[in-house]
Amino acid sequence: MAVKKFVVGSFDDEAVLFPAVKKVRAAGYKLHDVYTPFPVHGLDHAMGLRETSLHTAGFVYGLTGTTTALSVMGWVFTTDWPMNIGGKPHFPLPAFIPITFELTVLFAAVGMVLTFCYLCQLAPFVKKHIFHPRQTDDLFVMAIEVTGKNGEEEIKNFLASVGAQEINEQTAETGWWLGRYDQESRLYGAPATVNA
Amino acid sequence: MHLKYESTLREPLVDGVKDYHQVTEDIISPIEAKPGKLWYAGFFLSLVLLAFGAFSVTWEVYYGTGVWNLNKTIGWGYDITNFVWWVGIGHAGTLISAILLLFRQGWRTGVNRAAEAMTIFAVMCAGQFPIFHMGRVWMGFFILPYPNTRGPVWVNFNSPLLWDVFAISTYFTVSLLFWYSGLIPDFATVRDRAKTKLRKLLYGVASFGWTGSTKHWQRHESLSLVLAGLSTPLVLSVHTIVSFDFATSVIPGWHTTIFPPYFVAGAIFSGFAMVNTLLIITRKILGLEDYITIGHIEAMNKVIVLTGSVVGVAYLTELFMAWYGAVPYEFDTFYKYRAAGPLGWSYWIMMSCNVISPQVFWFAKMRRNIMVTFIMSIIVNIGMWFERFVIICTSLYRDYLPSSWGYYRPSWPEVGFYVGTFGLFFTCFFLFAKYFPVIAVAEIKSVLKTTGKNYKDQMGKYEEQEVEAFAHDQAHH
Repeated sequence: MAVKKFVVGSFDDEAVLFPAVKKVRAAGYKLHDVYTPFPVHGLDHAMGLRETSLHTAGFVYGLTGTTTALSVMGWVFTTDWPMNIGGKPHFPLPAFIPITFELTVLFAAVGMVLTFCYLCQLAPFVKKHIFHPRQTDDLFVMAIEVTGKNGEEEIKNFLASVGAQEINEQTAETGWWLGRYDQESRLYGAPATVNA
Repeated sequence: MHLKYESTLREPLVDGVKDYHQVTEDIISPIEAKPGKLWYAGFFLSLVLLAFGAFSVTWEVYYGTGVWNLNKTIGWGYDITNFVWWVGIGHAGTLISAILLLFRQGWRTGVNRAAEAMTIFAVMCAGQFPIFHMGRVWMGFFILPYPNTRGPVWVNFNSPLLWDVFAISTYFTVSLLFWYSGLIPDFATVRDRAKTKLRKLLYGVASFGWTGSTKHWQRHESLSLVLAGLSTPLVLSVHTIVSFDFATSVIPGWHTTIFPPYFVAGAIFSGFAMVNTLLIITRKILGLEDYITIGHIEAMNKVIVLTGSVVGVAYLTELFMAWYGAVPYEFDTFYKYRAAGPLGWSYWIMMSCNVISPQVFWFAKMRRNIMVTFIMSIIVNIGMWFERFVIICTSLYRDYLPSSWGYYRPSWPEVGFYVGTFGLFFTCFFLFAKYFPVIAVAEIKSVLKTTGKNYKDQMGKYEEQEVEAFAHDQAHH
């Protein structure tokens, strides 16, 4: 990713945040992201984000589990080592259902969580820029990227007019890096003033 | 603007005057404070119990399962009783977080985190029993189906005991993932308000670099919903499969099709009782009465009286079928050796604890009484332990050959093992209560404006509005 310049404003009420998001988009500013302490319903649509397809991935993982269970058990009992268990069929489907079900759930759950972590870039020792320490507490923090088109002062004034508080400028890395939260990290190639 | 509205007839789920910051403060500050004397006392007592359990298990592994009072007649005793009991307890957490999420039960947000933690610890305890029942535990990996040089000799995929391996391990994994994915945002909250370096480091690592980005929340919501959808049949399947351990056999008293629903109801019954036991203490010590309200406790007591009655119906159905089925062995097991006979006392403990005593919860006054709830929660868990004991031992101690009849009482390593799992359970729970957000902070915040007391108090003006005026003001925007 890259180090970019942002104007950051925070809101303390969803009722102010929603119209602000609309106005920011309508005015054509580059809305980087809104950080919230809890999932705010409808905010993703207000920001124009598309629906996630994580659940589709979950379905595919589940199917993988189903086929894995059935094919492995089938192969073991019919091909690799057929055993006569009380004269029962070599492929007793009803007896295979419990394990097939469990593996379907297991594959879907593990696969989805790993995909979720990959998509959101979440892992132990991953560090990201926090625009405001209270964005996980009680503030809704909006970051607008400063592009050549709009000056910082203009964005700041605009944010103030839509009800944002504590408006400031930050230069920040947009991606993740390996780091510890108890240490300040100075990113490679970044000037010493970057508050990462 | 979107109106967050819920009828004032519904009890608030968060009491007191709260805003978002106050919620964080109330739930996170116990993590930042030094634990009290009571915590240390409880924690070290748990460690002592755990150590005694470890000693008992070491004894059993060293000398073999012969040190347990099991023999060819009574092949399953304390060990399997405790296994089924702990697994049953481990059902409430995922039920609360998954099934109640799908049913849109708002009250789950106050209790789901602690209940899920309890689930995970209970399943950890449960897992110990079948593992050490193997005797030669160093051969434990033989239960896994992997290509080997012994033939290859595969496991028997037709066996309910193997289904159990898959069911319990899947249940543990999925519950853990569900629990941890919910914890990530809350760990980030602890991290961002941390004052000490150590806390910043540890919660920084645990929060996986969570920022609260809207896109991430959208995926998080999707993940939670699908995991809930997956966990719902999973919860039902786990105790169903545990009941198959018995139901697929031909032992009188076990060989019955009623077992899966009967076991699942019993599991939910005992699980909710354990949640009540733990949360009544936790809310008091951590001062979380505003979040785990009497309303929450009442809701759980309603589930207890429902599932307790389902279990009661199952007991009566068993008795009826034993008579109506006209199988002499089945009849004798129930009427001569279970409800009467040398172990008959355990049957009546079970009946009075599980079926008769929970009926007090038909009365709202009892459901909303903390002391009654606490005592009942313990009675229910004693009753549910005896249910498993009755099912296992009273079916086995009188078999087809009167010369092999016996009586069962546990030896000290069996009791020690059981006591040790209490040590494991409470050691984990004490650590959880101290270092983890005991209540799902982000989830409480997302329901705060609909169900918080100070927000609900402002709803009166909408309720008094004419329908037309309300629709005009709120419906079209």
